[in-house]
Amino acid sequence: MFSNILIYFVVIPLLMLAGLGLCRNIRQIRAVAVVGSLALIALSTWLLVDYLGLPEEAKTPMAYVDSWVWFEPLNIHLAVGVDGISIAMLLLSSIIVFAGSFASWKIDQPKEFFLWLILLSTGVFGFFISIDLFTMFMFYEVALIPMYLLIGVWGSGRKNYSAMKLTLMLMGGSAFLMLGLIGIYYHSAPEGGQLTWNILEIAKYDSIPHGWQSFLFPMTFVGFGVLGAMFPFHTWSPDGHASAPTAVSMLHAGVLMKLGGYGCFRVAIYLMPQAAHELSFIFLILTGISVVYGAFCACVKTDLKYINAYSSVSHCGLVLFAILMLNSTAMTGAIMQMLSHGLMTALFFALIGMIYGRTHTREITQMGGMMQIMPYLSVCYVIAGMASLGLPGLSGFVAEMTIFVGSFKAGMAEYLAGAGSLKLVFTIIACCSIVITAVYILRVVGKLLFGKVENEHHRELTDAAWWERLSTVTLILCVAAIGCFPNFFNELINTTFSPAIFKVLGM
Amino acid sequence: MDITLPLLILAIPLAMFLILGLFGMKMSHKLAGVLGCLGMGTVLVLSYYTAFTYFFSGAPEFINAANERLQYLVFDQTWLQFTDKLVIKLGFLLDPISAMMLVVITTISFMVHLYSMGYMRDHHGVYEHGFQRFYAFLSLFSFSMLGLVVAPNIFQMYIFWELVGASSYLLIGFYYTKASAVSASKKAFIVTRFADLGFLIGILVLSFYTGTFNFTELTSIPVEGMADVFQVNEGTAETVRSIFQNSAAPTFMGASVLTWALVLIFMGGMGKSAMMPLHIWLPDAMEGPTPVSALIHAATMVVAGVYLVARLFPLYLMEESALVIITVVGAITAFYAAMVACTQIDIKRVLAFSTISQIAFMMVSLGVARPEIHEGLGYMASMFHLFTHAMFKALLFLGAGALIHAIGSNDYTEMHGLRKYMPITHWTFLIGCLAIAGIIPFSGFFSKDEILSACAGYDWVAYLWMSLVAGMTAFYMFRLYFLIFWWKEHKVKEGHHAPHDQPWVMSLPLIILAAISCVAGFIPFGKLVSWNGISYDFMAHFDWSVAGVSLTIAVLGIALAWKMYCKENSLPQKFKNAVPALWDWCFHRFYWDELYMFITHRIIFGCICRPLAWFDRNIIDGTMDSFATVTNKASEAIKPLQSGQIQMYVWYYLVGALALGVITVLCLI
Amino acid sequence: MEITAIYYLVPALVMFCCGVYGFITRKNMIAMLISLELMLNAVDINFVVFNRFLYPEQMEGMFFTLFAIAIAAAETALAIAIIINIFRAAKNIDVRSLNEMKF
Repeated sequence: MFSNILIYFVVIPLLMLAGLGLCRNIRQIRAVAVVGSLALIALSTWLLVDYLGLPEEAKTPMAYVDSWVWFEPLNIHLAVGVDGISIAMLLLSSIIVFAGSFASWKIDQPKEFFLWLILLSTGVFGFFISIDLFTMFMFYEVALIPMYLLIGVWGSGRKNYSAMKLTLMLMGGSAFLMLGLIGIYYHSAPEGGQLTWNILEIAKYDSIPHGWQSFLFPMTFVGFGVLGAMFPFHTWSPDGHASAPTAVSMLHAGVLMKLGGYGCFRVAIYLMPQAAHELSFIFLILTGISVVYGAFCACVKTDLKYINAYSSVSHCGLVLFAILMLNSTAMTGAIMQMLSHGLMTALFFALIGMIYGRTHTREITQMGGMMQIMPYLSVCYVIAGMASLGLPGLSGFVAEMTIFVGSFKAGMAEYLAGAGSLKLVFTIIACCSIVITAVYILRVVGKLLFGKVENEHHRELTDAAWWERLSTVTLILCVAAIGCFPNFFNELINTTFSPAIFKVLGM
Repeated sequence: MDITLPLLILAIPLAMFLILGLFGMKMSHKLAGVLGCLGMGTVLVLSYYTAFTYFFSGAPEFINAANERLQYLVFDQTWLQFTDKLVIKLGFLLDPISAMMLVVITTISFMVHLYSMGYMRDHHGVYEHGFQRFYAFLSLFSFSMLGLVVAPNIFQMYIFWELVGASSYLLIGFYYTKASAVSASKKAFIVTRFADLGFLIGILVLSFYTGTFNFTELTSIPVEGMADVFQVNEGTAETVRSIFQNSAAPTFMGASVLTWALVLIFMGGMGKSAMMPLHIWLPDAMEGPTPVSALIHAATMVVAGVYLVARLFPLYLMEESALVIITVVGAITAFYAAMVACTQIDIKRVLAFSTISQIAFMMVSLGVARPEIHEGLGYMASMFHLFTHAMFKALLFLGAGALIHAIGSNDYTEMHGLRKYMPITHWTFLIGCLAIAGIIPFSGFFSKDEILSACAGYDWVAYLWMSLVAGMTAFYMFRLYFLIFWWKEHKVKEGHHAPHDQPWVMSLPLIILAAISCVAGFIPFGKLVSWNGISYDFMAHFDWSVAGVSLTIAVLGIALAWKMYCKENSLPQKFKNAVPALWDWCFHRFYWDELYMFITHRIIFGCICRPLAWFDRNIIDGTMDSFATVTNKASEAIKPLQSGQIQMYVWYYLVGALALGVITVLCLI
Repeated sequence: MEITAIYYLVPALVMFCCGVYGFITRKNMIAMLISLELMLNAVDINFVVFNRFLYPEQMEGMFFTLFAIAIAAAETALAIAIIINIFRAAKNIDVRSLNEMKF
């Protein structure tokens, strides 16, 4: 079992939990968190290098596939396997866990906090490596539950309300998801065959009846879509983010929301191609609305975290939107957008947390001229903003452009085939979001960082400490790396999207 | 050609940006400035060398036996691969216009780097706060602009197009504590972003149909037999051409796809080049430091739109209607901007509107250019005017910067009669004014005259209209000149020094640019730049009657300005009182800003954003909350059943048991 | 006259109903406890009677009754202890005013 590299993505967090139990003071706790997350980064980097060196046939459809029986009667396995997309997600998660550890350097009750945080990351890593629907779902729940405690105990503002709302809405999504997954299980094999939870086997048999697909596809898509902040199930996101402590916001927006997008195509679209083809228009409309709707809402909010939460709604909407285009370029763009959004939102939330920790307010009306007071943090904020509004050289641009080129192609293909112009119209609408994004980003930058100092007491505030610098620099470097060398990530992801693997692309 | 030099042209400014941006605050001000100047100086030398090699070496890769200038791809590196066909590459394309732009950008940029060493410090020699940052941003801008002009494909152009927008944003907002500068930078970015949306969609449409981003392939489409000039596989070009010429090519709202793509791309150009109605950001952009205005908002970035149209010119030739749109937009903008420039008080705003008007000249010139009219004179004239305008407009802006530096205000009302105090500035400014007014032998005369010739060849309405604007140009520039340097004796404010000429670092660029403005007209431009690369003698198309008319109009404009503004008198006031409404509209820039404020604040924010945010919080979130509320209410409602009265529970039990018994009995029966 | 099971069962039923009635209506917890005992004893009688008349060769009913009596005694002791403690705390053993443990 331990000969498979993937299992260590779960083992390391569990070891960290054990190590945490032995800690006596905050220094040891920090050491555990930092060493553990560094180990995770090292592991995912090694995995990446090793994966790139694999021969082509070992990569199709997935690499490092392995499976151990867990519960015989229901044929539940602990099945693992990765492809380029999962590797990208694992890299992203480990980087954000690393940055998040530094962002919670001075948290109260550190032992309990890190306990839940690490448990959460166990769930995340487990989710990305598993290819068994049941274990996938289990890890999904493991990632969600700690969120309730993390927000409820370490949060701020209306934390009880937000924690409850977030958990209940996501649980509601899980209920749909559970239903969908069980439905898939019961149709996973042809008549008389051994039922299975394994994604690869289900995809190979492709035996889910058409009628069932059109019921199960919406179930799973909505189930994961709730976590991907799809309109109209996004309202947990603004409140949840506003109340969550910094590191939790980072992990949540940076990684957890990606579980939604990842699940949508790994389960909903991958396993049910016919339904995806026929029903995508409903979700296309919903996600298309998300994209502009989130951006418009962000334009008038005055709380920094609300602004970013709505911007996440818009950006994550773009992820789901692109996935639904059912075209390999757009889907590659969606994964790039997941990476890019994960990194830059984590950066945003880290910075907001740092600013909030100093000023004790997140209202942009009560702040101003931060550039004069804390130049380092302000410059980082400008960089994050520029990444968000799609400045070339940073990650947002490449992701958005890939999505637009892909969606436009899908839209034109549909239009020229005389199948309506829905995709085309929504692509144009989604393109408009680049302008609206610029409006709300520059509004915040202009109000918060530039201009006159609003509150004279703020003049005594200090700039970033070393651990804050480390956290932000890590994220900025990653954002710039994707922005400057996009083709590396593009090729890593793109290999997965071949019609041979994704049946829906060949339809 | 060796790959190193072109690579260095791009790499040095980028490296300077990173060095100054990351370590600038640890350096002394002087070191940062000197580093910036040295870096730019190196790039200047390299660019000159590259451009001269391209134009004059006569190497077979640059010019063929038939004396046609070729496009030469120095390098082309894959950056992002969308599909098998659609690939974004980063590369370096040398052709007549990019070589010319290399010269323009590096010249002006170097002058501005030098000039800022003096400008960005006060009279006691103390450097301004953020001096290093200023040089870092200048380097970033230079990098982006150079990357833009050498782009071999439209997507690289878009990438650098966005980057120049961002560096312009940073530089306009350089004085970030000033609210007006912050809002001006925001406005500039958002307005151009909006235009870029059109550009982006245009690119998407174009690339979908042609399956390529490369200029060489795109521009070889329209004309048969051009492929050998652009060194394209004739087969590819043929396929692409057939897509467009296919009569079954899809149309949308009555116009063909190509028209839509080209008009949308032109929209991007309208945003950057401040054509009406997307011009509103440029006057406000004058909030940035004056050297920035000279570099970005007069000479280089704002002509990117013209450059874009010129780049795709063969494609535009396929669509007559797109060219007509360009002409009309340009003509209206030119006239509008000239009207407004006649009434402004702020000298930088006068120059800003004059820039808008002059860029519109270039646009019109491209719009009227046809291969059959004087062998495509308009194209060459547009590029020529771009070149000369960059030089004399930078000169004027730097001169204005010197005045502002000396007086401490942007308003001419506080200047007047400065000719004795600042002789160098006076003479160089006068040369700039003569050049822009189009007086022989200054450079503006030649370029503007060719634009007018091209217009005359196209249509007499366009010719008359543009001549009128040319006359107005002469008038408002000399109005400015007389009001600054003549009008009345300068009153030195109490407690202030008398204004004096600037230090040599600032004077030197003025003198150099003035010298260039004097002689640039004699460059045989047609030999170097023409729409199809074929060397071209424009003196053959030189029309003395057109030249005479334009010269007369210019002189008339200057005379009128002299009459009204040379000595203090009441004529301007009388004129203002005679047409109060017109004057008011011009002074308030025809209320475009108010209109935009209305649209953005009232309509977009007031009628879309706010209601949507309300809708989100109350309707969507309200629905989600109401699930919880209903659950809570229901639970409250059945809670009294758990009264705590044990005897009640026994009652429930008994009744329940009896009911069950009855049901059982009934069922059994 | 032969004494049949019905002669035992009817008084037991009456006893049980009295117990139920008393349990529901009495306010005093001691009285409720007594009603409870009545019900238990009624059930005990039933056990013995059914054992005696239906399965005379077996003894389970008798034993069960003995168990029930023993448990009833223990339960009474426990209940009285609780009641005494409630009285100490609340100065009252009216069951209707003791509804603190609702919801």
